[in-house]
Amino acid sequence: MSHGPTVAGVTPPPHRRRTHPGDLIFRGLSGGSAVSVLAIFVLSIILLFEASRDSLSRWGLPFLWGQVWNPNATPLSPIVFGALPAILGTLETSFLAMLIGVPLSIGIAIFLTELSPGWLRGPFSFVIELLAAIPSVVFGIWGALFLVPYMGTQVDPSLAATIGRVPLLGAPFAPSPVGYTGDGSLTAGIILAIMVIPTISSVSREAFKAVPNDLREAALSLGATRWETTRLAVFPYAKRGVLGAITLGLGRAVGETIAVVLVIGNSYTIAKSLYAPAVSIASWIANTFGESSGLEREGLLELGLVLLGISLIINVVARLILRRSVFTEGMGT
Amino acid sequence: MKFDRDTRRKLFSHVVSVACLLCVGIAIIPLGSILYESVLKGIVVINWSFFTENQPLPCNPQFQSGCQFGGIFNSIEGTLLLIGISAAIALPLGILGGIYLSEFGRHRFGDSLRFFADVLTGVPSIVVGIVVFSLFFLLAQQGLIPTNYTLSVLSAGVALSFIMIPIVARTCEEALALVPNSTREAALALGVPKWKAVTSIVLSTGRSAVMTGALLAIARATGETAPLIILDAGSQFSFQPSAGLHQPTSSLPFSIYNWVQSAYPNWIADAWGATLVLVVLMLGISVAARLALRNKYGEGGVV
Repeated sequence: MSHGPTVAGVTPPPHRRRTHPGDLIFRGLSGGSAVSVLAIFVLSIILLFEASRDSLSRWGLPFLWGQVWNPNATPLSPIVFGALPAILGTLETSFLAMLIGVPLSIGIAIFLTELSPGWLRGPFSFVIELLAAIPSVVFGIWGALFLVPYMGTQVDPSLAATIGRVPLLGAPFAPSPVGYTGDGSLTAGIILAIMVIPTISSVSREAFKAVPNDLREAALSLGATRWETTRLAVFPYAKRGVLGAITLGLGRAVGETIAVVLVIGNSYTIAKSLYAPAVSIASWIANTFGESSGLEREGLLELGLVLLGISLIINVVARLILRRSVFTEGMGT
Repeated sequence: MKFDRDTRRKLFSHVVSVACLLCVGIAIIPLGSILYESVLKGIVVINWSFFTENQPLPCNPQFQSGCQFGGIFNSIEGTLLLIGISAAIALPLGILGGIYLSEFGRHRFGDSLRFFADVLTGVPSIVVGIVVFSLFFLLAQQGLIPTNYTLSVLSAGVALSFIMIPIVARTCEEALALVPNSTREAALALGVPKWKAVTSIVLSTGRSAVMTGALLAIARATGETAPLIILDAGSQFSFQPSAGLHQPTSSLPFSIYNWVQSAYPNWIADAWGATLVLVVLMLGISVAARLALRNKYGEGGVV
């Protein structure tokens, strides 16, 4: 597929060597359109640097580890902007999303390619694909009006009362000193986990599907069970694609905005508890940008630059992993 | 109870199967809950006037007599306008770009364009929103465009088109790659210039798959909210054609976002109604697109 449309073996007769002028125009027009992708890419980086120039020069690198976001000067607290709570919040919620979402997604991919009876495969994969079609604002309203109250009254208190009491390992789930509103990193992490499942499971499925059947048959003929076949023959071959899928899912979790801003609580602090209101880069931009102006707006644009940097690194790594893996088709989104 | 080694292995294999089936089940629960909640709470406000009236003033029907539920007419209008603007920019650029990648792009430069397009699809939409904000803001600062375009339906449409272009280009490329080479060769062998062979033969052979890719990109843009919060921050009125493209409009996703955050019961109720409309629309497009692809190319399709 990847080498489809070359016109191999067709040499035009000598008297028609000259390229048709229409061909040149068409090639230029379509080439120009294709380059627009590159242009958007380069433009994004230049524009964000340019638009946040004052903020960049005023705060310098300490912007990255500053802990305070104060747009209004008072005698006791000068204007200062720091990105650390947002960066940590983004990492924390994405990490939670991966912790919950990755095992589920791989389980789904393994079930759908290796273990499922044929008649279940179609309906199940269809339903998982539907999850990908739900817009993030719908996850947002469901999160804000259904999941948050449910977490606050049911899940958070009982987690704190059970796992939270376990010494050491249970520490992140320890009872919250500020009570349970349902907002916070844990709820955001759960929503993000649901949202990355379609991405990770569908790309992992492609990886499993690309494993040659010979390997499965060889393992089965040696007497391996279904699971042993998957673990010993299929998984090593698909490892790279699964890793790419996970990285792609991480990129999605890091940048998700609407679903997060509606459930995370939007408190610009380094949250001491998974149950306490927190913040992520994307959610803070969405929450604050509309009412901001001047230096604060530039600070938010710089925050956006940080997010662009993080997501570019993640996505470039993901695409490099996927490009070198044995399968490359069907990796559109 | 003791099992011999083989029984244990077989049993463990079954246990893993059940665990994986459980994973599928766990993933289906939130989908079911989302659909259940939006149907249950959305259906109560949906009637004919919900589609024909503009958004209501915020109020509480329990304490205020004459509290209206209004409708989503101006939101639908804004969404259609946004789709129109973004599709007008993104479909020509994306489809032509996809043609280039598929028909001329078999070299290192084409590979790197492909790579950038893939990376670009992973850039968070909120970042695209502030990039377009910066673009319009800086252009206005230079005096090249009026300042009131920065927060408008036009800038939001441009942001949505930036999100759509790489998607359209890649799906179009993959759709054209499915057109058999013999089709191209047959056209070229008849002496048809390449541009004509591509536009009238290759493109029309792969047309339905290209259209499906475009439809999926439009669906993606329809549900996108983050850039709209930055750029097209809502309006309670209908679009005024005489006021031009620099006016802000509302849209389905923006209204939902805006209403959810309010404490007004009539807005919350309308948010669920709009959610139901949006979900039905998105699932409808997605199902239709996937069925179209599946019929034509077997399971898996292009996307």
